Amino acid sequence: MLEALLVMALGSVILGGALGFAAVKFRVEGDPLVEKIDAILPQTQCGQCGFPGCKPYAEAIAKGEADINCCPPGGEDGIRKLADLLGREFKPLSGEHGIEKPKSTAVIDENICIGCTLCIQACPVDAIVGAAKQMHTVVASLCTGCELCLEPCPVDCIDMKPIPENVESWKWKFPVFAIQSRKAA
Amino acid sequence: MLRQLFSFNGGVKPAYNKEQSNQMPIAVAPVPAELVIPLHQSVGGTPRPLVQAGEHVKKGQLIGDPDGFVSSSVHASTSGLVKAVEPRLMPHTSGLSALCVVIEPDGKDEWGEISPMPWRDMEPDDVRDVLRDSGVVGLGGAVFPSYLKVNPGKQGHLDTLVINGAECEPFITCDDMQMRERGETIVRGAAILRDLTKATRVLIGIEDNKPEAITAMKAAVTTTGESRIEIVPVPTRYPAGGAKQLIRVLTGIEVPHGKRSTDYGVQCFNTGTAYAIYEALELGRPLISRIVTVAGNVETARNYEVRIGTPMREVVALSKAKPDTDRIVMGGPMMGFAMPADTVPVVKATNCILVGSPTLFPPPPPEMPCIRCGECARACPTDLQPFEMYWFSRAKIFGKAQEYNLFDCIECGCCAFVCPSRIPLVDYYRFAKSEIWAREKEKESADVARKRYEYRIDREEREKQEKAAKLAAKAAETKAKLAAAGAADENKALIAAAVARAQEQKDRG
Repeated sequence: MLEALLVMALGSVILGGALGFAAVKFRVEGDPLVEKIDAILPQTQCGQCGFPGCKPYAEAIAKGEADINCCPPGGEDGIRKLADLLGREFKPLSGEHGIEKPKSTAVIDENICIGCTLCIQACPVDAIVGAAKQMHTVVASLCTGCELCLEPCPVDCIDMKPIPENVESWKWKFPVFAIQSRKAA
Repeated sequence: MLRQLFSFNGGVKPAYNKEQSNQMPIAVAPVPAELVIPLHQSVGGTPRPLVQAGEHVKKGQLIGDPDGFVSSSVHASTSGLVKAVEPRLMPHTSGLSALCVVIEPDGKDEWGEISPMPWRDMEPDDVRDVLRDSGVVGLGGAVFPSYLKVNPGKQGHLDTLVINGAECEPFITCDDMQMRERGETIVRGAAILRDLTKATRVLIGIEDNKPEAITAMKAAVTTTGESRIEIVPVPTRYPAGGAKQLIRVLTGIEVPHGKRSTDYGVQCFNTGTAYAIYEALELGRPLISRIVTVAGNVETARNYEVRIGTPMREVVALSKAKPDTDRIVMGGPMMGFAMPADTVPVVKATNCILVGSPTLFPPPPPEMPCIRCGECARACPTDLQPFEMYWFSRAKIFGKAQEYNLFDCIECGCCAFVCPSRIPLVDYYRFAKSEIWAREKEKESADVARKRYEYRIDREEREKQEKAAKLAAKAAETKAKLAAAGAADENKALIAAAVARAQEQKDRG
């Protein structure tokens, strides 16, 4: 009787120790779900969802505080992916957060720019270069098209220009065939 | 001596249709009234234009500077005046425009400074630079910059250098005619490649439906006296001219998924590329022209030596297109691309201009449902399962399509050729591939944006802390100063200091 108890007690001590060690050693930093959601979000950091960036929105979704249809740049495709990941129903994009637009980049009209640096401070990804009283310009390859620089500009010299399709970014279309009418016999 | 040949799985035997265009010798196409030379002609980055409108250029002058590691130079194909550097319609299915250098020839066709390269005495890296600056790219159609391939590989030497003269695609005879007429130059080019890659042996594979080319090349090897070069006739079966397929046939090596042929000591170049490499190194001439087959719905199908940038229309006119012509295709009937217009220029990738008509290439019959007969899998030369890739591409489940190794597909068209339901399978693969590429690119830029955003947040936090620390330090400093001055009333002294500062600022302003 006593032996059996001892064996069980020893077993629980060893296994408990192993589990405790594993919990410390293989501890997962942060919430893996947040990372997964963040990977789906488009990283425009535009704040249209009502959160100050993609990561905070991802955290809010993970906690269940935000819905999955608040991200206009991610569009329908993004909502579908989020729905798949979280096992929820697909919902159309909520209108109050904005509409899905073609991917654009900000362009500064360099003739009008007064060099106030306000847009530089607003850009969430540091894609605008310039200095006080010097002309500013947008590094197009880094611009996420978040539109956050438009509002602070005092002279309204920033425009959003859709990215044109070029030979390299052109995509083969899904094959479709015109239905031919049967020739009269 | 009979060499043991191997075989690849699958493949098809379409009608060759080569005898139409290989009856007459290669003709030199005249210089057109206007050359439109696209800057982006090879795999990789778009070269930067080096000339401006109004400038005069010499033949062979560098007009596009390689942008990035995988990129190749572009040269003026004749002397003349640069009329514009502007977007023009590209020889690309999309019908989009890209930056081109438009040259009005002056009729003198004057070479700029060119001189033979003492490549034997140069460092291998310098020879590769010369090849890059000569704009030599793979002329079999893939236009991969050749300088990146002229490499002995990890083991320091190649076992086998394969020169691809198989030319398996129907209608096309540009390599065939070049081998017949300019075999010696090709063999010399192959010898240069042999020395640069330190290859133990060179095998020039030619499909056995080109007996004249085989004879001419064998004679060329004898005349040039080059050693370790062997002409090997290979059985005619499409796509024997695919690099991996030809390597398999000649050496028995099957390059597995995710590996390169150089990992197995084998490298493959097209015969036209060998020719261009000879011209670049021994004559110092950059790649400014290539042999182009004009075939299909024309009066006299023939091969022409065409300057890069010549509008396709003018080349087709030499062969006289028949009146019912409705389209032109760049490349052959199996792998070619429909051109948006006949005004697009000939580029380095243009091995053939195939002229089509409704009778020669009738519109495809309607697509029927896939019956999973498996014919496509039997025909696939890369041992893929085309019907699975088709299902997943069609359903837009791209991850699954990739699991079936979609990216190993060489788009040879064998599967679509044998499909009893006449499904344009390759169109689905191209669609899926470009969607996957676009997504990957999007993901890359999202990752960059995420990193930059996180960095910015960190930086803002750090700046805030630094600012606070600086202010605190300054306040402490002032306090200490005052204490040292032995001011009796601390507050009064602080006010005095502030007043002094304000006065100072006023004076400055």
